[in-house]
Amino acid sequence: MAKTKVLERKPLTFSEKTYIPQIASGLAATFVNMFKKSVTLEYPEVRPVIPENYRGVPTLVKDPKGRVKCVSCQLCEFVCPPKAIRIKPSEIVDEESDRAHIEKEPAAFDINMLRCIYCGLCQEVCPEEAIFLQDSFSLSGYTREEMVFGKEKLLKLGGTLPDNHFKWDKKKSAEENTEKDH
Amino acid sequence: MNFLDYIIPIFYALGMVSVFMTLCAYSVLAERKVCSLIQRRVGPNRAKIPIVGHIPILGKILTRLGIFHPAADGLKFLFKEEITPQHVRIGYYYLAPIVALAPALTTMVVLPFGRYIDVNGMVQPIALANIDVGILFILAVSSLGVYGIVLAGWASNSKYPFLGAIRSTAQMISYELAMGLSILPVFLWAASPGSDYGLSLFGVVQAQQGLWLIIWQPISALIFLVAIFAETNRLPFDMAESETDLVGGFHTEYGAFKFGMFFVAEYAHIIMGSALFVLLFLGGWHFLPGVADPWPDGLFGILCSTSWFLLKIFFMIFFFIWMRWSMPRFRYDHVMHLGWKILLPLAVANFVFYIFLIAFIDNLTY
Ligand code: SF4
Ligand code: SF4
Repeated sequence: MAKTKVLERKPLTFSEKTYIPQIASGLAATFVNMFKKSVTLEYPEVRPVIPENYRGVPTLVKDPKGRVKCVSCQLCEFVCPPKAIRIKPSEIVDEESDRAHIEKEPAAFDINMLRCIYCGLCQEVCPEEAIFLQDSFSLSGYTREEMVFGKEKLLKLGGTLPDNHFKWDKKKSAEENTEKDH
Repeated sequence: MNFLDYIIPIFYALGMVSVFMTLCAYSVLAERKVCSLIQRRVGPNRAKIPIVGHIPILGKILTRLGIFHPAADGLKFLFKEEITPQHVRIGYYYLAPIVALAPALTTMVVLPFGRYIDVNGMVQPIALANIDVGILFILAVSSLGVYGIVLAGWASNSKYPFLGAIRSTAQMISYELAMGLSILPVFLWAASPGSDYGLSLFGVVQAQQGLWLIIWQPISALIFLVAIFAETNRLPFDMAESETDLVGGFHTEYGAFKFGMFFVAEYAHIIMGSALFVLLFLGGWHFLPGVADPWPDGLFGILCSTSWFLLKIFFMIFFFIWMRWSMPRFRYDHVMHLGWKILLPLAVANFVFYIFLIAFIDNLTY
């Protein structure tokens, strides 16, 4: 066991017992403070600097070519501790129909922001790097329904993030190459 | 006496009440602003009144200063839902805020706040009622304010308000003694043999034409100041409220306008306390120690003396606020210890000392 060092407490001197010098020095300290610059950040006008790895609202992102990255594997739905995510998978219906039989996309992707605890597990688990907790931190709405963010809203919040892999492009070119070889 | 003689005093009184209430409202603002400055924040700066607030530059400055906040605060108190908890003793519960506020407003009747030269060339005080026993009146009436707190604590019928009320009563009793004893030498000093001022506050101010009494009687001033802090229930003596251990003390069960009245009462007490300290120790409307009364006669002189007096009051209010945001709260037993074992003996000793000193000086001069 660590040895406890007992510090001796000095008896108060007479001037300390009168409180007055102490009070005076306290007053001086607060008075000096009065002329220092205020540290308030006037919030709605001035926004705080959000650090890069901030865990704000979970959002869906697109890759730089404008494709929804999520393939509705539903891993995030399973991992989400408070069960905030609901996904309805579907075929890819849009223009790039050559992807259609290989990958999927969500038909509906709802995150209930009233349930979400901003744990970031969805971002961690996503194999496609499609869901990110980004910098928006102030949510508000008038009804509970309003706080369930749908796919469109999540994509809008998420925007586009740089992509290093372009997995689909690689896959496609690889496929084309193998087709050529045959 | 004709009809006008009855009407005019009523207008004076109304005028004084409105000035006093405005002062209360703006000392709340001052409290919030000074506190924010000390804590390096910006303080209230958002409330805006439609037309005045939209004048290009001035409106912005006023808004930033928070000038419109007292109005917003007042309206908020007015329009909040009046909630009466079920367990309170109804009559007393409603009586308490009134009892708290009324004495604070009553004392201002005898408060001289300026001076004028009457037709005979005599200096006269400006007050609603210039009575010879002004200080007695103020002491007697302002101490009634504690009944508001006691009633509130008892009527609320729950433990925290009750504890707050008990503490407050004990504190009042302890500090009232020291306070009374500390101002006796002041009146001994002011009422020199043969003077006809007696216990009037005006006499004390007139006696300070030379050096102010804070220089002649620093110990009395100190004791009085401490006692005033205790009487107004301000930090470091806010035993009655002490948010940290008593939730909100005596006004825990009060909301909306009733709470607002307690709030105004607290500030009214502060203003009265400041005014009293200025009158007794800081030379009232006299200019500087040694420079008695450089104000001209006539209306301008009245304005000058009154505003100088007000300026001193503002300084004292600032001091109260400044103190509040610098000091931690005393522990309850420390408050009692300070009151009974230090301030009271000190006040007695101070009193005896000045009795001898004044007797000695009087013997020298006669
Ligand atoms: S966001 Fe990621 S983890 Fe969730 S369904 Fe889409 S691809 Fe799967
Ligand atoms: S951050 Fe956590 S709680 Fe929120 S949606 Fe993702 S996994 Fe669910």
